[in-house]
Amino acid sequence: MPEENGGNSKTGVLEKAKESAAALRKTLEEKSKQQMVELKEPEKTQLYRSIFRVKHDEEPRNRALSVLSNVFFHLHPAKVNRDATKYNFTWGMGGITFYLFIVLTFTGVLLMFYYHPSKVQAFRDILYLENDVPFGKLLRNMHRWAAHLMIIAVWLHMFRVFMTGSYKRPREFNWCVGVLLMVLTLLLSFTGYLLPDDQLGFWAVTVGTNMARATPLLGNEGPGGPQLGMTPYNDVRFALLGGSIVDANALLRAYIWHCIAIPLIVAIFMGVHFWRVRKDGGISGPAPVMLESEIKEERSPRPVVLKPSGLGQG
Amino acid sequence: MGGDWHQIWEVASAPDNVPIVALLFLVPFYLWYALKQAVANDRLIAVLEGDPALAKTKYRKTQPWDPKWEREVHTWPYLMRMEFLVAILVTVLLMVWSLTLNAPLEEPSNPNVTMNPAKAPWYFLGLQEMLVYFDPWIAGVVMPTLIIVGLMVVPYIDSNPLGNGYYTFKQRRFSIWTFLFGFIVLWVGMISIGTFIRGPGWMWFWPGMTWDAERVEYTVNKNLDQVFPFTLLHINGSWLGAIFHTPQDHAVIWSRVIFGFFPIAIFFVAAAFVVHWICMRTEFSRKIYKRMSLVQLVTMYIFLILMLSLPIKILLRLLFNIKYIWVTPWFSI
Repeated sequence: MPEENGGNSKTGVLEKAKESAAALRKTLEEKSKQQMVELKEPEKTQLYRSIFRVKHDEEPRNRALSVLSNVFFHLHPAKVNRDATKYNFTWGMGGITFYLFIVLTFTGVLLMFYYHPSKVQAFRDILYLENDVPFGKLLRNMHRWAAHLMIIAVWLHMFRVFMTGSYKRPREFNWCVGVLLMVLTLLLSFTGYLLPDDQLGFWAVTVGTNMARATPLLGNEGPGGPQLGMTPYNDVRFALLGGSIVDANALLRAYIWHCIAIPLIVAIFMGVHFWRVRKDGGISGPAPVMLESEIKEERSPRPVVLKPSGLGQG
Repeated sequence: MGGDWHQIWEVASAPDNVPIVALLFLVPFYLWYALKQAVANDRLIAVLEGDPALAKTKYRKTQPWDPKWEREVHTWPYLMRMEFLVAILVTVLLMVWSLTLNAPLEEPSNPNVTMNPAKAPWYFLGLQEMLVYFDPWIAGVVMPTLIIVGLMVVPYIDSNPLGNGYYTFKQRRFSIWTFLFGFIVLWVGMISIGTFIRGPGWMWFWPGMTWDAERVEYTVNKNLDQVFPFTLLHINGSWLGAIFHTPQDHAVIWSRVIFGFFPIAIFFVAAAFVVHWICMRTEFSRKIYKRMSLVQLVTMYIFLILMLSLPIKILLRLLFNIKYIWVTPWFSI
């Protein structure tokens, strides 16, 4: 084979090399052009698809999948009652409460970086936070006001749920979970009140925990308490404060309840609350009105029909 | 009428009281918002009740409706865009609030310097206000427990199947009145008193009065057995001593215990009659009443009677300076 080509072999190789180089340049050019075009649609890249898994085109299947295949979004059903998306029925208060819980967790964790739950440090840490830490004052303010706003949102949420009769069958249990969540919200706010270790928090907690003295049977000043051997050093107030006065142990206990224990309990109850919203057939309405003439006479409890979530319209 | 109006402004503008001031606007607004929709639904209900043929075909909501529309829409984007929008608005609100108002920080805590007035956070001021009317074990422990349990039993004692998932007033008059009374009059009302009216020494300061820490108030709070003259006949316990041969000092205490029991018992019976009368007033309530089991009825009556006891004790105290109704060596009510 090499003999046949003889002296041309050198030029042949060169030509071939040139040809292939030109071809390579052409394909590279084409490829890069094509890839530049593709980059304008990042949702077609392997990286993107590995993260999001489904296309986000505006078609029913993908709109449903984008909710169902996302761990955060799938708390929602794929479809909802069209009237429930308006503000006027729900007032968005449950959602606002949840959002504020997230804001409070976020700002709270940042605050924890600057705070020591000890009598020596606590108040100074707040001064440091307010005067020296960049955006420290804003951080503390946001945590404080988000906490107050959360209480307002919880109350208005309960008010709305009552006014729409949403606690009625089959949502009785979820109402109870909601009542507990409201109590836990108040306790979260109250335990946070002591942490700056200033006069305001100290006396608020003093007033609050003094009532615990009077707990029937379990408080040293409550009815039946002394008879059961309750003293200021072993009663329920002592357990709350870790002592007989609001002092270092009370600060530490408030801190642990506030930052770890209650948020954990709240998170669990919130999980149950949201889960039950779905399992009880989605949000209660706006449901079609029922007429008095349509009340069924039967008295015995009906078994609850569990509908697939999202299809719970009455 | 001159008055110290700066005082009430000082209280209302204290950063920690901003939420309760906001609530004074938010609660009436949302009450109006709920009732507006309730009235619209009630009108629709009246039309449908009057026209059974229409009731079978009509779209039973006040929301706009077109048969061509889908009953359900995709969560993404129709619901979630609203949620993200609300999240942004709340964040903006919080930012503005946090930039304009600083969280309060008082002097370092000092057990030797009492704050006057020493107030709980605003959301607990209703409970703190209750301390005026009841002993701490009732105001601080029993009442909060009753509120929590009372709220939790609501779905189990409300046997009215109407008004599930839509705003209505006419179909649920009794439960809505009860809730509004409990939430707005008692809870928000008592928090407002605790915030705006109670000054140093937890004394009553009308708006326009200065919170004078030196103020001395001369009131003599009496127990019911000291107010009613008929008990004077028995309060020395001589009759008890005569019958049971008890020592005089014991007899006095025991006669108080015995006579204090009756007003409480009378209240429970009278309140039960009032509650029962309210429950039986309309034909519709009688219908619901018949659907209830005995356990449901008893639970509902007990909670309603206990709820009624609160405003009655408040009035007795504020109008007649009556401290206790029933005095015993172990507890007083």
